[in-house]
Amino acid sequence: MAHSGISVLFEGTNFMRLLGGLWVTVKIAAVALIFGIILGIILGVLRTFKNRPLRVVLRLYLEFFRVVPTVVLLFLFYYILPRQMNFNLPADQLATLVFVLWVGAEMSDIVRGALISVPRHQIESGKAIGLNRFQLYRYVLIPQSLTLEIPATINLATRVIKTTSILLLISVMDVINIGQQIIEANNHTYPTGVFWVYGLIFLFYFLIDYPLSWWAKRLEKRRLEKANG
Amino acid sequence: MKKNWVRKLITIVTMAAALVLVLAGCGNSKSSSSNNPSSVSAIKKKGTIRIAVFGDLPPYGWVNKDGKRVGYDVKLAHQVAKDLGVKVKFVQVNANNRVDALNSNKVDLVLANFTVTPQRKQVVSFAKPYMKVSVGVVSPKNKPVTKVSQLQGKNVIVTKGTTAETYFTTDQKKVKLLKFDSKTQQFNALKNGRGVALADDNSYLYAWSKSNPKYTVGIKSIGPKSYIAPAVKKGNKSLLNWTNKEITKLTKKSYFVNDYNTELKPYFGKEVKPSDIVLPTK
Repeated sequence: MAHSGISVLFEGTNFMRLLGGLWVTVKIAAVALIFGIILGIILGVLRTFKNRPLRVVLRLYLEFFRVVPTVVLLFLFYYILPRQMNFNLPADQLATLVFVLWVGAEMSDIVRGALISVPRHQIESGKAIGLNRFQLYRYVLIPQSLTLEIPATINLATRVIKTTSILLLISVMDVINIGQQIIEANNHTYPTGVFWVYGLIFLFYFLIDYPLSWWAKRLEKRRLEKANG
Repeated sequence: MKKNWVRKLITIVTMAAALVLVLAGCGNSKSSSSNNPSSVSAIKKKGTIRIAVFGDLPPYGWVNKDGKRVGYDVKLAHQVAKDLGVKVKFVQVNANNRVDALNSNKVDLVLANFTVTPQRKQVVSFAKPYMKVSVGVVSPKNKPVTKVSQLQGKNVIVTKGTTAETYFTTDQKKVKLLKFDSKTQQFNALKNGRGVALADDNSYLYAWSKSNPKYTVGIKSIGPKSYIAPAVKKGNKSLLNWTNKEITKLTKKSYFVNDYNTELKPYFGKEVKPSDIVLPTK
């Protein structure tokens, strides 16, 4: 075996294809996070209302998406729903939809938790100066809850990015799927190629996720410093 | 006053949303069946056929270094699309989701090294086969095993869950089996001399012995033959009939021998003939 496995990465268009796969991964995660966070903020605010049926429905929604594993959700939306109700979407759009709903559910809990932990006197002061409910949320609760939400949200973002690796199960051409194609295509010529391909994928995920988690840590630290003087 | 009104509205909206969800859950039986999105006329109208192929199984369906889908099944898929007069759209599948891809209308046709089995026949419809496989036995060239009788009382290496394991445990009880969990392990065991031979799907062994020239597939086929055939969704008669005609036509034209020579021969080595894999021209 004169040739080393690393050359498998640079043969033909392999490297470009891996980057293309990474783009699919990043795109799905980014779109899912943007829309999921918006949805989560709306749902989170609604969950602090004192309306019973509304809270029950939202709670059920949250528990459903939190308890059911993402793999099962993907299979449910990709294979079972189309069979039952003629609901058909291409795999990557469907993956984005499932992730938006999932992020929305997780985010709603983060937002709710942050909103109810804003000190009570802040709300009362707001009421005292005659703010209505919308103004109370707009000027008092939401701005103050943001700093509490950010680290947990970034944490959620890194989880979403990592979870995209299961998308290959519903045939999304993400970076893992392309990696496997390359490994299998070169199994006979480069038996050690598997190490290099997965090594590169590891590096890709690390380069995306590590700055995020570093940023989360820094924000958290800064918040604590601020809070404790 | 105003607050009450808001609360009522929210209650109504949530109730409506819950009702829609429940209704959506119940109202599933009415759809499907009435119009078949995968009939020949529907495919022609759309101008594309969606075909499920493997993306990681050389030499049947895989992606080469230029990012193109190639292989024995892929070539057949292109031919099918050409004869239908439509474009082809590939959907990559793996072994576990071939049936679901058909049943949830993700694809019209599966050409993914799909072996016909009685269990699978209950959930999908198979067309005429275009390939055959059976169990083969590979052994070192200096001590070749060419007859099953040579294996009696000796160790034979297999992977758990393969057709080779089933065949030897039910039909060749005098042969001792050494069972492994993965392909890599079983080939390493053979190289280390832990058994006199190794049994697995013959097409797989051909490819392996090509890159390991010290070994030969001494027994090319034992036990029952399995067939590999295109599959369509159960009840899709229109596409099934068309595919049957297509396979018959291509078999007559020796299309599969040609496909074998371009896609499989480079992987299988000289000792394998097209007739070991391709079905005879009837």
